[in-house]
Amino acid sequence: MQQMLSDRRGFLRTAAAGFGYTAFAGLAAMDSLQANGATNPLLPKAPHFDPRAKRVIFMFMQGGPTQHDTFDYNPELIKYAGKHSEMKLAIGTQGGKILPPAFEFKPSGESGLPIAEIFPHLRQHADEMCLLNGMHTDSPAHPQASIFAHTGSITFVRPSIGSWVVYGLGTENQDLPGFVTMNPPPVGGALLYGSAFLPASFQGTRLNVAEGQDPVENIRNARMGFDVQRNELDFVQQLNRGMLDRTEGDDQVEGVIQSYELAFRMQSAVPEAMDLSSEPESVRSAYGLDEDASRNFGTQCLLARRMAEKGVRFIEIGHRGWDQHNNLRQRLKANADAIDKPIAALIADLKQRGMLDETLIVWGGEFGRSTYEQNDKSDGRRHNNRGFTMWMAGGGIKGGIRHGRSDEHGVAVENRVHTHDLHATILHQLGLDHERLTYRYAGRDFRLTDVHGRVVKEILA
Amino acid sequence: MAAPLALATLAGAAESPTGEALEFFETKIRPVLAVNCYTCHSAEAKTRMGGLSLDTRDGIREGGLRGHAVVPGDVEGSIVLQALRYDGTLKMPPTGKLPDEVIANFEEWIKMGAPDPREVTVKQVASTIDVERGRQYWAFVPPQKKRLPAVADASWPRGAIDHHVLAGMEQRGLRPAPDAGKTDLLRRVTFDLTGLPPTAEEVDAFLNDKDESAYRRVVDRLLESGRFGERWGRHWLDIVRYADTIGRTRNYPFPVAWRYRDYVIRSFNEDKPYDRFVREQIAGDLLPFNSPEQRMENQIATGFLAIGANDLNEPDAKQFDMDVADEMINVSTRSMLALSVGCARCHDHKFDPIPTKDYYALATIFRSSELRNGLRRRPQFGAGYFHPDRLVSLDGLPDYSSADGAAIRAERDRLWTALLAAQKERDRTKTRALTRELRELPLPENLAIGVTETGETAALRVNIGGDPHTLGESVEAGFVQVLYPADTELPPIKKGDSGRLQLAEWLTRRDNPLTARVMANRVWHHLFGKGLVATVDNFGSSGRQPTNQALLDYLAVQFMDQEWSVKSLIREIVSSRAYRLSTGFDKDNFESDPDNDYLWRANLRRLEVESLRDSVLFVSGELEVGPPPPSPIYDIDPNQQFRTAGGKSWELEESYRSVFVPVIRNHGSRFFEVFDFPEPSETHGTRDITTGPSQALFMMNSDFVRSHALTAAERLLASRSNDDARVRTMFRQVLSRDPTAEESEKAVTHVRATMAGLDSEPQPESAVVAEEEWVRGLLAVALDREPHGDEMTSAMETVKAVRRSVERDADSVRGDPTVVAAQRVVSRFLGRAPSREERAKVSKYLRERQASARKAKARLLAIASANPEHEAWSRLYHALFNSAEFRYRN
Repeated sequence: MQQMLSDRRGFLRTAAAGFGYTAFAGLAAMDSLQANGATNPLLPKAPHFDPRAKRVIFMFMQGGPTQHDTFDYNPELIKYAGKHSEMKLAIGTQGGKILPPAFEFKPSGESGLPIAEIFPHLRQHADEMCLLNGMHTDSPAHPQASIFAHTGSITFVRPSIGSWVVYGLGTENQDLPGFVTMNPPPVGGALLYGSAFLPASFQGTRLNVAEGQDPVENIRNARMGFDVQRNELDFVQQLNRGMLDRTEGDDQVEGVIQSYELAFRMQSAVPEAMDLSSEPESVRSAYGLDEDASRNFGTQCLLARRMAEKGVRFIEIGHRGWDQHNNLRQRLKANADAIDKPIAALIADLKQRGMLDETLIVWGGEFGRSTYEQNDKSDGRRHNNRGFTMWMAGGGIKGGIRHGRSDEHGVAVENRVHTHDLHATILHQLGLDHERLTYRYAGRDFRLTDVHGRVVKEILA
Repeated sequence: MAAPLALATLAGAAESPTGEALEFFETKIRPVLAVNCYTCHSAEAKTRMGGLSLDTRDGIREGGLRGHAVVPGDVEGSIVLQALRYDGTLKMPPTGKLPDEVIANFEEWIKMGAPDPREVTVKQVASTIDVERGRQYWAFVPPQKKRLPAVADASWPRGAIDHHVLAGMEQRGLRPAPDAGKTDLLRRVTFDLTGLPPTAEEVDAFLNDKDESAYRRVVDRLLESGRFGERWGRHWLDIVRYADTIGRTRNYPFPVAWRYRDYVIRSFNEDKPYDRFVREQIAGDLLPFNSPEQRMENQIATGFLAIGANDLNEPDAKQFDMDVADEMINVSTRSMLALSVGCARCHDHKFDPIPTKDYYALATIFRSSELRNGLRRRPQFGAGYFHPDRLVSLDGLPDYSSADGAAIRAERDRLWTALLAAQKERDRTKTRALTRELRELPLPENLAIGVTETGETAALRVNIGGDPHTLGESVEAGFVQVLYPADTELPPIKKGDSGRLQLAEWLTRRDNPLTARVMANRVWHHLFGKGLVATVDNFGSSGRQPTNQALLDYLAVQFMDQEWSVKSLIREIVSSRAYRLSTGFDKDNFESDPDNDYLWRANLRRLEVESLRDSVLFVSGELEVGPPPPSPIYDIDPNQQFRTAGGKSWELEESYRSVFVPVIRNHGSRFFEVFDFPEPSETHGTRDITTGPSQALFMMNSDFVRSHALTAAERLLASRSNDDARVRTMFRQVLSRDPTAEESEKAVTHVRATMAGLDSEPQPESAVVAEEEWVRGLLAVALDREPHGDEMTSAMETVKAVRRSVERDADSVRGDPTVVAAQRVVSRFLGRAPSREERAKVSKYLRERQASARKAKARLLAIASANPEHEAWSRLYHALFNSAEFRYRN
């Protein structure tokens, strides 16, 4: 059944036979492909219902970002500061002395949302942000929880949320991959963007953001310039056309012909999308590209905007090093410096371009941290999967609100949102019903949320 | 279809407390536990913090991660008291110390022997499955040969298979396509049986062999070739989700899984009877043997059960043990029975008549077996995950064959004893140091991955909802009930045995309805591109129904009648006329059977990535056959996990067949992934066939294709020939056919145009820069400093000179040209021949920079060959490798 999704029923025979690769360029080709009922698995597909968002930018902060010093203002921590909490958040750990927030929270925006002072730029967009302070998830270990945050499963190898989204909706730009992930974190590896049993066309494409590296494997030919390569490709396509004739228009052969034309276009489209030199200095500076602290994440944010503009469906960007078992004050501040300006710039930029409403931004890590100290020697906090914070902005989510609450032990106690619920909500904003987005494999229908998940209706605009 | 929950109480064989003791418990203990503890420590509420449940007698006595909460009669040994007293690190309940009198009551109660009437409340999940009715399902009735169906065109069939296939077509008004031409047929059968294309000479010989037996002789030759097992072994490895690392969250290598891989390949090459193959993999360690070699082979076979993707970071030991058994159940039932018995872990199977109890009957068998994959779950106190003692020791091999074996053995034993002691002392520094020392010692040579008996039959209970802490009724070892009649006499399992031997026997009985059918169907799938049951891993009711059950049953029975010989089965199928049809299109047939379910023509089939890669190497003349000794994974520190692919690109740099490229879970080869190599953590009897731009990018732009095109061209030009003859050789090599006159003319024109255009073609900067970087690094190593500009210029000249001489005459340079170039550069700058150490330094540099000889060579060759003819012909190879036709077999 997987085969049915591969490039089967042909791309227009006339175009292939007429060899008009130029006719394939951009939207025109897409329209004609659709008109011919082609089943290129990446072509846009109708959602289940009217979507609020067209795409997702998922900012994954690996390590388990502390909520108590960032986005979850909890006065209990000040009240009980120094008191002992016996709460054991994970097997084999012990409680400890409750630490007050490391930074001051300030009311932000018209909504007065409390956000830590270390996010001076992001705070200005508080009215766009919905803080999910009652998040909880299944595992307090980095690899498991990271994989869970992406695939909704720890027990089995399952498709990543980006793969599900592209499987459900296809993508708008056939010159670029539909699901990209920039410098994916090492913990969890390819499982974080793999398509598992979904066809390989839905797996995430890794983009290398580091300088001096090709953004996509084999995106350029070390030997031949475009003209020389085009000559070779023309020769190859002549051979292929011969095969197409002999097989009386076999779908698979048509698929190969088409894939070569797309690959040829990608060779210029991908580097072009990744080339920030055309961005004005003011934009680069707003995203923090001229500061060491924020350059990497700023680049990712700016690239995310460019990808969003070009119709990429699911864009994951990331930042590592949120595992503050010690030295929290200093390291958290450094993290904030790395992401504060870039995210603020991205939100402002999307808003200015009228794209924020249709772009769902999701920020968060695999879990959160304890209210109490790591030990009496440091200002670190322990892992906490029973309560953490993520936030969303844009994409039809109510801004300027807090949803959920955690108690003095850091356990989510009100308006709890499980990772499965978050997944269901993301799909919902894209017009997908998480219970209907299924794929039949090994004799049963699978879904991202397995048998769980509830759309968090309370936060929808 | 949720099964109704019924509550029942099992009468425990355990103590029954006196009335007085009971009274004490009920009034003084139970209420305290209920109010203060159950919130966090209850099996019922599924909140077992610290792995502890206090709401059952078993739970409180077994305790949690810290040990037994209550030891009857032993006040000091009962952790619950330490916690209640608030005088250690553990203080419970966290809300505050309980009154002293309560604590005194607990003390008294424990002294009394902790009388506790709280029998495990056993939840029984009433099964609604009607196994007897389930037995009627087609796949659960043993196969029987039917009389051959009548066909209208009696002249068409060559044998029984054709009778069945034609009957299927005739029923639907389909007409078979014409027979395939000789070139198509040769390419088809050569790829199908060996995964490689025929050589240009083989094409020639077959075309000129007009004898009737020509095809039969080709089939015999291919079946006898050692390449057969490398191809068909790989099919089996897909099914058993073979990998060289464990995957999941702690991705440690399996340093000796390759023994199992090579065993699979050998088994197919030797045409080991399939029933024996099954028995060895399930219970090889328990089978009788006639020779030390056979014993070893049997032990290695159990690797089948040991290569599962288990999560070494699973905190819950019980969960882990059940997950290990689950992997074994899944791989056995899906591969050999094409049933997803694993679904019954949490609830009765939703589609097939497999009650949860059957799952736990199998789980009992596998829980009574010990996983020996070399790795341990969550090692403590700095110890490594890997230890060779956790592998199977092969009886037929010495642990160390070298002279200093005894010394190494003694040292290993010493370190291991010390390590165990250090672990007991919880001395992290010591364990780390000892683990490091252990790592330095060479691995014993007699290790394999596999399973052994624990020597005890596990006492398992159904895990309600798959939760190993919520227990239901007891189960005994057993098999899948629906697959045998109720009155079947099953092989008895002795106390203390795991039951694997009996499971192996039961799987390979002739009246097992699935084993032969499933394998026959898999073989069919690999030869036709689609199984008679299309869902080859799922013969259950949610799978597809057979398109021709009579044919499937014929094949299954024939398979068993031929002593389960896979080669005989393959020979019969590829000799059929049905297999030898052309891919010819027919509009009428297409309209009524577009998916070719009834096989009116041959399917055009995309080659698997292994065949694509191996063909490129084969055409370039670089392919090495047979396994590399041993697997390159052997060189990797087994205590080093794969967080990233680690820069290993064996598939691009090495020349052995793809089946021997290590399979790294979570970090698979990108090349393999884009061409649909299956995700190696689960069974995949079929592969996806996708077509996408990443494939084209790889073929167009990778060093791999480019460098092999250059090598192939080198060989082509080595013998004198004219252009047309060269083009013909190339077409035969790459596409297994002669070019048409038009194609030949176009190809020659393309080569000439390329040659003419080379002068004006700019040298791509990236390639020049890459070469310069390589030389700069090399010089820096040799000189121990950054080279000066003039030194660089002169070094580049030297490299170019070596390249030119290689291009002029491939034999003028002995050894790898890159290494030669490097050594010459170094000699020149040292003003003398490099010493042994210096040579070693250079070699190390080449290795470290991924510039293992091949890659560096590719890099050198990324610059246009100095010989325009060579460059131009290599580009024609490059173009042919990029053609759609290269990816397919007709």
